Amino acid sequence: MLLREVEYAKPGSVAEALELLAADDGARALAGGQTLINVMKARAASPDKLVDLNGLEELRGIELAADGTLTIGAMTTYSELVASAEAKARPILGEVCATIADVQVRNRGTIGGNVCSNDPTNHLPPLMVAVGARMTIATAGGGEHEVPAEEFFLGVYLTAVGPGELLTRISIPAGKKDGFAAVTLGADGTCICNAAATVNGSVRVALGCVDAVPVLLETGSPDEIPEAVRAANLEPPSDVHASSDYRKHLAAVLATRAAQEAGAR
Amino acid sequence: MDVTVTVNGTSYERDVEPRKLLIHFLRDDLDLTGSHVGCDTGNCGACSVLLDGVLVKSCMLLAVQADGASVETVEGLSQEGELTPLQQSFNEHHALQCGYCTPGMLMSATALLRDNPSPGDDEIRKALQGNICRCTGYWNIVEAVKAVAK
Repeated sequence: MLLREVEYAKPGSVAEALELLAADDGARALAGGQTLINVMKARAASPDKLVDLNGLEELRGIELAADGTLTIGAMTTYSELVASAEAKARPILGEVCATIADVQVRNRGTIGGNVCSNDPTNHLPPLMVAVGARMTIATAGGGEHEVPAEEFFLGVYLTAVGPGELLTRISIPAGKKDGFAAVTLGADGTCICNAAATVNGSVRVALGCVDAVPVLLETGSPDEIPEAVRAANLEPPSDVHASSDYRKHLAAVLATRAAQEAGAR
Repeated sequence: MDVTVTVNGTSYERDVEPRKLLIHFLRDDLDLTGSHVGCDTGNCGACSVLLDGVLVKSCMLLAVQADGASVETVEGLSQEGELTPLQQSFNEHHALQCGYCTPGMLMSATALLRDNPSPGDDEIRKALQGNICRCTGYWNIVEAVKAVAK
């Protein structure tokens, strides 16, 4: 498919990327491109300029601090995360990334791209909310601020990363008692409904695919999840794959499964 | 934009529009039509190539992003008319029916075997997950890869 005409820039630093993005309303950051290039084909997005973040080493890499906190560069690919020894400090991250699409997509697609596109069917938004990730956003001029994951996702395809800003890294606290469950279109396909859970005294579950942003529920035990899901008064979308009622049913089932998996670790 | 891309060991310098996808650059500009356009939506894997040794779908990458990189396509597998053991195995196991997905299957299986010369059944299937065979001839494809796994 021939894309609409587009300018292309490959900045040599994050500072330069931010300048390019801030200088042009029609500029968009190009991460792995596994979503953006396709939506450009469909003309669902038509940026005037692509600012290619590939090659910015500042945005790559996974660091494990002494207290177990992981810091993951936004341009880290799923494959890099799956293969990372450091990322095993929070095993759920690699486990979930290994189920995103296929080898080719995992080799290109990035952690930052997954959360910044905030497609409600993506795997990582609910996972980031459940594990209590913190997102660092850089602005032109050298400023940066940190946003907790539950405040990062604002709407469908909309996050706290504003125009002229970039997500640079995600930090995730230590922990092992996590779970993730999804019903997908084929093995490792697009999620019809998903849920990520963390058990740390109480149960923290984030539901995906049922609203514009992940829905966070906190309960005392996995047994209380179905009631908590009912009380959340979800109104999930209906589509050819699942009715709203079926998605609501799946949300309770998957949240319970994710919490049980988390609790069993 | 001027780009320099090495494809199957040959360096090419071309003036490329940023909007051109890598698959179209390979097929239309370099006349390397082995890599196929199947779905053009990133699902089917018929356009799979290796970019600096990493398996990617060339319909989800701009040609300008390959500037300075080394690309391997299905044309680069056989040397001097000699099929690779994997290609020979595809032939022997009847691992292709219409052949449309074959270039992508070969590149995905090549990437797998370089990384893991002794894959198990599940690893082979997982490695070929991004490649769709419209004839649904997966069984023989997996058999062909298994036969060259050490």
